[in-house]
Parts: sequence; structure tokens; C-alpha cells
Amino acid sequence: MNTQVKSRGPYKRSMTGWWKRDPFFMKYMVREMSALAVAGYAIVLMFGVLRLSQGEAAWNGWLAAMKSPLSILLHLTFLLGMVVHAKSWFEIMPKTMPAMHSGGQRVPGSTITRTGWAVTVVASLVTWAIAAWWKA
Amino acid sequence: MSAPTNTVTKTIQIEVLRYRPEQDSEPVWQSYTVPYTDDMSVLQGLQQIKDDQDGTLSFRWSCRMAICGSCGMMVNGKPKLSCQTFLRDLLPGPVRIEALAHFAIERDLIVGVDKFVDKLQSVKPWIIPKEKRELSQGEYIQTPAQLEKIEQFSSCINCMLCYAACPQYGIDDNFVGPGALALLHRYNADSRDGGMDERMPLLRAAEGVWSCTAVGYCSEVCPKGVDPANAVNQNKVNAAKDYFLGWLKPKAKVEGGKA
Repeated sequence: MNTQVKSRGPYKRSMTGWWKRDPFFMKYMVREMSALAVAGYAIVLMFGVLRLSQGEAAWNGWLAAMKSPLSILLHLTFLLGMVVHAKSWFEIMPKTMPAMHSGGQRVPGSTITRTGWAVTVVASLVTWAIAAWWKA
Repeated sequence: MSAPTNTVTKTIQIEVLRYRPEQDSEPVWQSYTVPYTDDMSVLQGLQQIKDDQDGTLSFRWSCRMAICGSCGMMVNGKPKLSCQTFLRDLLPGPVRIEALAHFAIERDLIVGVDKFVDKLQSVKPWIIPKEKRELSQGEYIQTPAQLEKIEQFSSCINCMLCYAACPQYGIDDNFVGPGALALLHRYNADSRDGGMDERMPLLRAAEGVWSCTAVGYCSEVCPKGVDPANAVNQNKVNAAKDYFLGWLKPKAKVEGGKA
């Protein structure tokens, strides 16, 4: 036994590697990391706009670079990241907004999540239609 | 010990993270073999240890029916009320029990709650009447729709499981945190309350709603169906509104609200 008796000495546990502690935290980290894919895609697009401003040759060079196998692989990665990001954010969306009511009933979280997906699908289709119409 | 002859005593291994500040420099795991029956909670398992095996084991408990909020602990890594968690659901074991995460351990399964109690007070958890009324004017009337806005947020039992689920609180315990912010919202959202301005300095401070990164685990672990993540995140809108509208219509400084 210690000669000096310490009756108190609060012990603070380390937070190192906290996100590996629970699958819920890992899912959260995946959601946050997938933001990098969204940012990456935005940077690629902005670079395209920059090249467009630098004349036809620069623009065509960028278009050619976009068709390389590495670029396609990168875009598939971005797409996957984007889907994960959308999915995880639509899941948490009901918690981030004030309660909504419809006909005296509280709108369930699942409806809010599904509405997010519906808007995404419609927006994607509209964008795709505009692109197809432009090309024609 | 003489067990009735027609029952076979089943046992389960319970591992407890022990910490006795007078002898341990850091927490250590200790294992106990606990006889159990199908109707026994984790709390009852701990009581068996304390009564029959090791009287030095310390833990908090009171009501045994999930309303006092005293017996929160990490059960197999998840924040749980130990009175509401059954050993039969954790078979075959071992069951690993440790003090609530993100709080400093005082002794064994007991954590320090001082900061949490200060936070509860800091959110002014009482109705600050919107308009002064004389007794003769009668009671404040509230419609069912107005009650519904605050009802779930008023179900908090201060068990702190949401804090043990919040990594932001674990990283910086100055964060007011899910429970106290949900309580803050419970009063702000009350139709009879007019105290939002008084609570705003704390709400919009760095240690207020903006410390939350919408992990959302707090709402998952709440044993009372409170949705603290929702309370915190919808107040980010209120805090932003207050910030920007403050530029348009300067108003008198309000006192208080410091954490």
C-alpha cells in the first residue's frame, strides 16, 4: 500500500484512435472523407473552366486529358465518393432541420431522406438532358 | 452456497475496468465470474459482484428502472443504462464494462459530473416568461401542437450517455454538449418562453452549437428517445440567423450565457 493515500485523482482516458472504437464513428469518418471526392471533382471542373479561358488549344488539351484511362478511373472514384456523401448526408438530414409537419402529422425522417434522393435523381437527369441536348 | 437442486447455475464473465486512485496509476481490467439468471440486468451483475465477491467495486445506481439516469456506463463499448441492459442479451460473454467514455474516471465506474452539472445550469433551464402575467390572469395556455414541439426534448434524464457518444465532447469537454443543448432547446422552443436572447450568447459561442459536427450518435444512444442532434443542429440555423440579423438590427447587449 502506498505510504501516501490519494483519495482523488480523476483519470482522463485518451482519445487517440477514437474513430476506430465504434462502427458508427467509422461511418461518420467515411462521410467526412467522401467530402474530399466532392472537392476533388469541383477542382477538376474549375480547372476545366480555367483552361477554357485560355483558348481553344488549352481547352482541347483538357478535354483529351479527361478521356485518359487514369482520368476515367479518377472520375469513377469521385462518383463513388459523391454517392457515399449524398447517402450519408441524406441519412443525417432529418436531424439537421426543424421538425416538419404535414396535415397535423410530423413528417417522418425516412420521407425527408427519400425526398433528398428524389431531388438528386431529378437534378441529375435534368443536367444530363441539358448536356445531351447541347451536344446534339 | 446451496442452490435449489432443480436449477443449474449459469455463469457469465464480467470484466470491469477498475480504477482506484489511491493504488492505480491507470485503470486496469479485472475479471469476475458471475452467476446469473435470465432476468438479470448488467447492473444486477455488478451488484452480485459487490455483494458477494468484491465490496471494493464502485458504481452509481439508484432507481433500477431507467428513469434516474445514474447507472450509465460503457457496456461492450456502447453507452448504456446498465439497469436496462440484460446479461442474457450479451451471451456468451465476456461482458466488458467501463466508465462512461469521454468523462474523467473518479473511481471504477464512477465519472466526474461537475462540469456537466455546471453546463445544465448555464443553459438557464427554466421558463423565462415571454410576458409577465399576474396571477389573476390565469395560467399560461399551451396547445397540443405547441407541446409537441418540446415534449421529446423534455424527456432527458441527465444520464450523459449522449456525451459518451459524442467524440467532439471527448476531444474538448468545454463543448456544452448534446444533453445540455437539447435542454436549452427545450426551453427556447417553448411557446411560453421568451428567453432565447439570454441563451443566445452561449448557443452561438464556439463551445455552443458550432462545436457539433453532426456525428448523430447522441440521438442513437439516448434511452429516452430524445433527439439531441436535432436540437443542436436546428439551432445552428437560429445562431446564424441571430448573427446576420444582428447586423441589421443592433440590439441591447444581454447579460450572462458564459459557459
